[in-house]
Amino acid sequence: MVSTTNTIPAAAAPAVAAPPERDIGAMLSSLFMAALPPLMGIGLLVGIWALVSLGTKDSIPSPLETWRQAVEIFSDPFYRKGPNDLGVGWNVLMSLQRVALGFGLAAVVGIPAGFLIGRFNFLSRMLNPLISLLRPVSPLAWLPIGLLVFKGANPAAIWTIFICSIWPMIINTAVGVQRVPQDYMNVARVLNLSEWKIITRILFPSVLPYMLTGVRLAVGTAWLVIVAAEMLTGGVGIGFWVWDEWNNLNVKNIIIAIFVIGIVGLVLEYMLIKVATAFTFEEVKS
Amino acid sequence: MSETSNEKINAKFIEINGVAQTFKTRKGVFPALRDINLNVAQGEFVALIGHSGCGKSTLLNLIAGLTLPTQGTLLCANREIAGPGPERAVVFQNHSLLPWLTCFENIYLGVERVFGAGGRSTGAASESKVQLRERTNAALELVGLSAAAHKRPGEISGGMKQRVGIARALAIEPKVLLMDEPFGALDALTRAKLQDELLEIVARTHSTVVMVTHDVDEAVLLSDKIVMMTNGPAATIGEILAVDLARPRSRVALADDAQYQSYRKAVIDFLYTRQGHVEKAA
Repeated sequence: MVSTTNTIPAAAAPAVAAPPERDIGAMLSSLFMAALPPLMGIGLLVGIWALVSLGTKDSIPSPLETWRQAVEIFSDPFYRKGPNDLGVGWNVLMSLQRVALGFGLAAVVGIPAGFLIGRFNFLSRMLNPLISLLRPVSPLAWLPIGLLVFKGANPAAIWTIFICSIWPMIINTAVGVQRVPQDYMNVARVLNLSEWKIITRILFPSVLPYMLTGVRLAVGTAWLVIVAAEMLTGGVGIGFWVWDEWNNLNVKNIIIAIFVIGIVGLVLEYMLIKVATAFTFEEVKS
Repeated sequence: MSETSNEKINAKFIEINGVAQTFKTRKGVFPALRDINLNVAQGEFVALIGHSGCGKSTLLNLIAGLTLPTQGTLLCANREIAGPGPERAVVFQNHSLLPWLTCFENIYLGVERVFGAGGRSTGAASESKVQLRERTNAALELVGLSAAAHKRPGEISGGMKQRVGIARALAIEPKVLLMDEPFGALDALTRAKLQDELLEIVARTHSTVVMVTHDVDEAVLLSDKIVMMTNGPAATIGEILAVDLARPRSRVALADDAQYQSYRKAVIDFLYTRQGHVEKAA
């Protein structure tokens, strides 16, 4: 090795230099492929939006106007001017808080319920008809019941979130438990593991990816539902904010709210996907 | 225990009497095994060989206690096999390592259960964590995988995974080692290497082994006794061949050995001439 590098350093140098050049070319083209299509997609959206704005003679505000308004709003998102006039930041945080509460309660109930339904056939037969019946119901249909029982807008909204996020968690957890590979259970039987070890070392880790899928679906639905629920209940929250701006005929703020809702949903989804990949152990086939 | 009863246990360490197994399927009752009578002596290496679908894995699962027979009895050390347990460790065909645990943790799981607190039903004192770790490391060393102790199964090769599976089974010091086509999924070279390793390990640990295989060379090279099974459905033991080759055995030396060839011929003759092909028999 040493002798070859000593004798032909001149010949070695260009041979080494050539591949990086190609690498830079490949990198540029892959960068183009990564950046260009999404940018064009956004461009398409803004273009259509501008056309619609022109066609409706500015009753739908133009992208540029909306952008200016957005800059103004986000220069001070956390202002407080009385109980009904809070910055957009407060509204988003309030909505997220409701989602977190409703979703958290649903996780506390739904995940253990999913484990039980997956583990015991009797419970599964007992509860599956109920789940099938209640799952297709729009969560907003539960809002009046919530208002009636909890006698307040805020707990009623949380209740709605609870209802809509519990189904995906129950169902996915139960499916995960039912799909624990028989081989792993055979290992547990041969080693005569205790029920606690079976749960912590075999059931829980193999159910976790399914459970996290349920969590992701639940958070996604919850974020969809909270906007609608807050429109109905009022108070402080991004959904209420949209409705309030509609009553003020401030369309620019509605469009900004749509983007805010989309971006927050995107961030939630991305975070949960990251969590899910960290806990998924895909077996490499030998 | 008297001398004679000791000998009796040694000759009939595993005792299978008139075992039959049927499965209920959607198409009706499927008879998998019938009239199985087999004794395995302590320290003996027995291979179960036959065409696929002949119920050799079913028989192994019965010995493991993972399934219970429809008819007949299975005894291990004079006690009825009523369910699976660590005294009959299984090496699964697809290794069945838990992918979220490291190799060390996979082995430790069983070691902790068998030798740790509350694990010992025989009344022996439970061991400390240091001792449990020592046992686990010793098992890893036995299969030459000390370096991979803290890797996850997804990060090691198929042959290494199967070795961890063997180490996991051996670490709990089973009375019987049950292996279900342990090298079936491996390439020929890795398989040969693991067979040699297994020969060495078995010689050192004096384990009683029952191994399912469909590889004639593997059966002749490794076993003291080859149990040849007829084709299913309702398969049974067709013939039992005692392999009387001196140990330690070397695959290179045996390649030209006339006796080895005659054993090989006997098994091939049974499988391909007398039992023919599965389709023909069915």
